[in-house]
Amino acid sequence: MTSPQIAGPTADLSTTYLVSLRRLHKRYGSASALNGVSLDVAAGEIFGIVGRSGAGKSTLLRCVNMLERPDDGHVLVDGQSMTDLSEVALRAARLRIGMVFQHFNLLARRSVAANVALPLEIAGVPAAERRARVAELLALVGLAHRADAMPAQLSGGQKQRVGIARALAARPRLLLCDEATSALDPETTAEILNLIRDLQQQLGLTVLLITHEMSVVTAICDRVAVMEAGVIIEQGRVFDVFTKPRHPTTARFVSEVIGADLPAGTLARLPQPATGEQRRILRILFAGAHATRAVISEISRNFTVDINIIAGRVDEIGGEPFGVLAVAAYGTPARIAEAIGWMHELNLVVDDIAGAAPEREAA
Amino acid sequence: MWLTPTLRDLLWQAALETAEMVGLAGAVAVIVGLPLALLLLTTSGQGIAPSGWINRPLGLLVNAVRSVPFIILVVAIVPMTRAIAGTSIGTMAAVVPLAIAATAFIARLFETALREVDGGLVEAAQAMGASRLQIVTKVLVPEAAPGLLAAITVTLVSLVGYSAMAGAVGGGGLGDLGIRFGYQRFMPSVMVTVVVLLIVVVQGLQSLGEWLVRKVSYK
Repeated sequence: MTSPQIAGPTADLSTTYLVSLRRLHKRYGSASALNGVSLDVAAGEIFGIVGRSGAGKSTLLRCVNMLERPDDGHVLVDGQSMTDLSEVALRAARLRIGMVFQHFNLLARRSVAANVALPLEIAGVPAAERRARVAELLALVGLAHRADAMPAQLSGGQKQRVGIARALAARPRLLLCDEATSALDPETTAEILNLIRDLQQQLGLTVLLITHEMSVVTAICDRVAVMEAGVIIEQGRVFDVFTKPRHPTTARFVSEVIGADLPAGTLARLPQPATGEQRRILRILFAGAHATRAVISEISRNFTVDINIIAGRVDEIGGEPFGVLAVAAYGTPARIAEAIGWMHELNLVVDDIAGAAPEREAA
Repeated sequence: MWLTPTLRDLLWQAALETAEMVGLAGAVAVIVGLPLALLLLTTSGQGIAPSGWINRPLGLLVNAVRSVPFIILVVAIVPMTRAIAGTSIGTMAAVVPLAIAATAFIARLFETALREVDGGLVEAAQAMGASRLQIVTKVLVPEAAPGLLAAITVTLVSLVGYSAMAGAVGGGGLGDLGIRFGYQRFMPSVMVTVVVLLIVVVQGLQSLGEWLVRKVSYK
């Protein structure tokens, strides 16, 4: 779908891109929100943009459906150049792009069913057809029994379900999610993310979401871009970015999810190293093929390094097994260094965790 | 008897005149004021159709009308009143300045009520491909309905008060009756009756308004 003259460095012509953003710039007065952002979202994937507030991700998302008009650059959605559309054509194009909001943005004085019907009313769909479609949509998001409720009577999760049903009313191919779960508690967040994932697969949607939480990205995204100060500093498959972050900001996002910091009390209770030995607190990421290997016992056997496991968890990211262990390693500095070298050979990611107790020098 | 039959007839007559002035001026204010408020809101810098060329002169006009003390407005626009009402004396002549003042008044109240509508709702409608007219009719006005009704109530109550000044152009009405008979002819019974009647009317309008606001606030 990408026309050759604007294909950028990341464009791969064998893939169908539903959204292509090229060198987008946007300034608000003297502050610049977007500094030449290029991005391709493949048809049928869930693409996450993660960043702190003020990173420009919200502006970027709004450029896709022209709620914000970029000062410069191109926006292609489904082969249409959004920047060049007339007002009428733009309205027609927006109808095919669903959008879900952090604060739901439901009309308080319309019932659930009437809220979902709004995009259909705007599109001029006849009333009978609207009713049938609304019933279908509410069943899809599991809210058929609340059709006549008012938004104020719903929980946050239910409100977002209505928001999702509304966004899908006009059968869009693309769903934009603007911090769709940021106003929800963790349990409801998981429910809504699962719903988005299910609907994406069921309806063959392409989803572009923005979030400030890396956990949202690891839960449902196929690919991720990390934004900072109006530029994309890193992007790729979620598993790759997650296991081998190259940029410090990305690493910070990653550590939010895997919990790199240990409580101070935990460290204080760890035994001190014996004289001549060292204690290093390590974080080991097990990814892909080695996630199931008995690395710890091999280290104990082969390097005479004692490993005390402090914390650990196993997870799946982008469908691949992924584990993280926080361990205290005791042994001579040389032995520990050898063990770490061996883990590096296995392609494991090993870091010293900041805040570890100072090592005890040999007397 | 508290009031003579003649006075009671006069009171009834005055009540009808007040109702006529408040009703007509109020109707004009709502019909003209709502589009005016929508224009003021949508053409402002953050509106959905920003236009300084429309917004600034309109805002200036509304503020100018609201700045002029009502009694001065009544006499200042006598030529205009004559052109519209065909006369510069009587109830209909009083309706013209009342309607103009009330329109400017309610336009700002409406604008404030419409501004209260969460910008996210407008953004959501835009994202759905709504036209500006659709945003106005499907989002702004329905969502602002309680505020709009409250604005109408406040305006009608103010109109009841303003209509007392209509005596200056022979508009009649309860307030005028109170001044001419109660005050100038020193008939306290008329004054008390007029004041009590006005209290009842204002209280009634306020209660009706609040009831309507509640009715549209929750379903």
